[in-house]
Amino acid sequence: MFNDRTAKFLLLAALVICVGGAFAPNWIVNQFMFGFSRALAILGLMVLWRTGLVSFGHAFYFGLGAYAVAILDSKLGVSDVFLRLMAGAVVAGVAGFLIGFIMRNYRDIFFAMLNTAISMVLFGIVVKTESLGSTDGFAISASTIFGLSPETKYPLFVIITLVGLTAALAVNFYLKTTFGKLTTAIRDNEIRVEYLGFSVAHAIHLKYTISTILAGCAGALMAMSLGQVDPESMINWTVSGELVFVTILSGPGNVIAPFIGSLVFEVLRTYAFELAPQAWQLIMGATFLTIIFFLPGGIWSLIEKLGGKKNEK
Amino acid sequence: MEAALTILLDGLQFSSYLFIVSAGLTIIFGVMKILNVAHGSFYAWGAYTAAFFIGKFSDMGLPDALGFLIIVAAAIVVGVILGFIIEQGILKHMYERDEVLIVLATFGLFLVLEDIILIAFGTDPYFAYQPMALLDSVELGGITRDVYGMTLIGVAAVVAVGCWWLLNKTKWGTLLKAVIFDREMGISMGINVPLVYTLTFIGGAILGGLGGAYIAPTISVAPGLGTEVIVLSFAVVVVGGMGSIVGAAIGSLIIGILRAIAVHELPQVELFVVFAVMAIVLVFRPEGLFAPAKPRKI
Repeated sequence: MFNDRTAKFLLLAALVICVGGAFAPNWIVNQFMFGFSRALAILGLMVLWRTGLVSFGHAFYFGLGAYAVAILDSKLGVSDVFLRLMAGAVVAGVAGFLIGFIMRNYRDIFFAMLNTAISMVLFGIVVKTESLGSTDGFAISASTIFGLSPETKYPLFVIITLVGLTAALAVNFYLKTTFGKLTTAIRDNEIRVEYLGFSVAHAIHLKYTISTILAGCAGALMAMSLGQVDPESMINWTVSGELVFVTILSGPGNVIAPFIGSLVFEVLRTYAFELAPQAWQLIMGATFLTIIFFLPGGIWSLIEKLGGKKNEK
Repeated sequence: MEAALTILLDGLQFSSYLFIVSAGLTIIFGVMKILNVAHGSFYAWGAYTAAFFIGKFSDMGLPDALGFLIIVAAAIVVGVILGFIIEQGILKHMYERDEVLIVLATFGLFLVLEDIILIAFGTDPYFAYQPMALLDSVELGGITRDVYGMTLIGVAAVVAVGCWWLLNKTKWGTLLKAVIFDREMGISMGINVPLVYTLTFIGGAILGGLGGAYIAPTISVAPGLGTEVIVLSFAVVVVGGMGSIVGAAIGSLIIGILRAIAVHELPQVELFVVFAVMAIVLVFRPEGLFAPAKPRKI
């Protein structure tokens, strides 16, 4: 599990980032927290994207994770980082597993649309329900770690980085197993996969569940980083679009890609918003179109090209 | 009784506007197999253009009745310009790519177009109430309705009949059906498919723009307009069956009336109802309630 290049790079990078974060100014730490939180969801979408499936509704699981944290906080006063993270992962994962029974039979735009529909159902419920915070959402109290309440954001930053590392290693490992290798095979030809003796439905169900757990974690961590949740920026379909956007931006080449892609997205968004508050969506949209047209492999393919040697490094 | 009538009329009105927008979406999907997220932007552009010029004309002291001309003109101008640029500039180069990738490209376009609206028209809302004020209101079975809203139902009927006539009674319709049925065969029979695609896209865009332009006088035209409409029209075309005009009509009726009932009787479930129906239809009849039967190719 640890003896391939990707794993070694991940471990090293996580170490550097954790140490570097101690000396980095606050705004950089924030960018990394938001970036890495989102990257978890992207990691999950990447697994689906490799199978040729695009979900235009993963804000559902992202939102479930975030709202699990918010509701635990406001109703029960749970503030422990790990409990919150677990809650987000479990709620989203269970929902994803159950919905997966239906979802595994859908492909292409029907898959995308059914996910959209389900996420908009949640959006509709949250927006109109006072006890779920309606359009205002909730503020979330600062997270504690084993009962200690840290003064800076650094500990949360380290935890997010480590969660990201664990998830990336796990997905990296999964993609190397037989079930994981079925991803691209299913995209290329489902019937042949069936002839080889594998159940396409089971493989997709597993991938879907993985992606929902990761999206739930992402939502929970994002809620803790931001300190608030609201439906417009957590559950609406535009959030799902944003997640897909970052997935395509990152490229499906490697588990490192989502992390780089998410950071690029955060930086791009921050700068685009500062430079031209009226036109940041325009910049994002144009970037998106450029990637689709000229860089179908996303940023990762650029890194591969720059590295030149695909099989070394 | 009065409550029921209000719900019915509200529902019909809402359905009408949904139908105009969704008809454009479903035509584009039916012919080109493109699920066009940027359709929401056509709607928003139509609304903004109409509201802007209705306001300008009114300021210049021109008669308010010109508003109706502006609405139609705005829809056509927006549809032709945006439709042409997008189809020729972007989509034409993507027809060989994956369906899902084209959806993503239209999402990128949606983001771009949303912001160009902000740059062009600013963030302040526009109110173009003049055409609505002009038509006044009527008493109907004990309730007062504004006439403008009711003309919406008429416009939707005209669009529906127009689409039906175009598809079934003209040479163009026959060509279109041939392309829908089998694109490659259409090409080999000498149909200018690229031209059919361009015109279809422009036609769909005009309908999207018309929906926005016609609804503009009844709402405050503000940023974020297209975001809600596009998912609602997705719901409509999914319920009715993607690519079918009759489906879009029935889908809009179901969604429109359900939403009107929800708004009046149980406002908490207003949005929930729409998307729950969409999800249920997708689960039990993914092709939609009234999808055209697909020929099986050998």
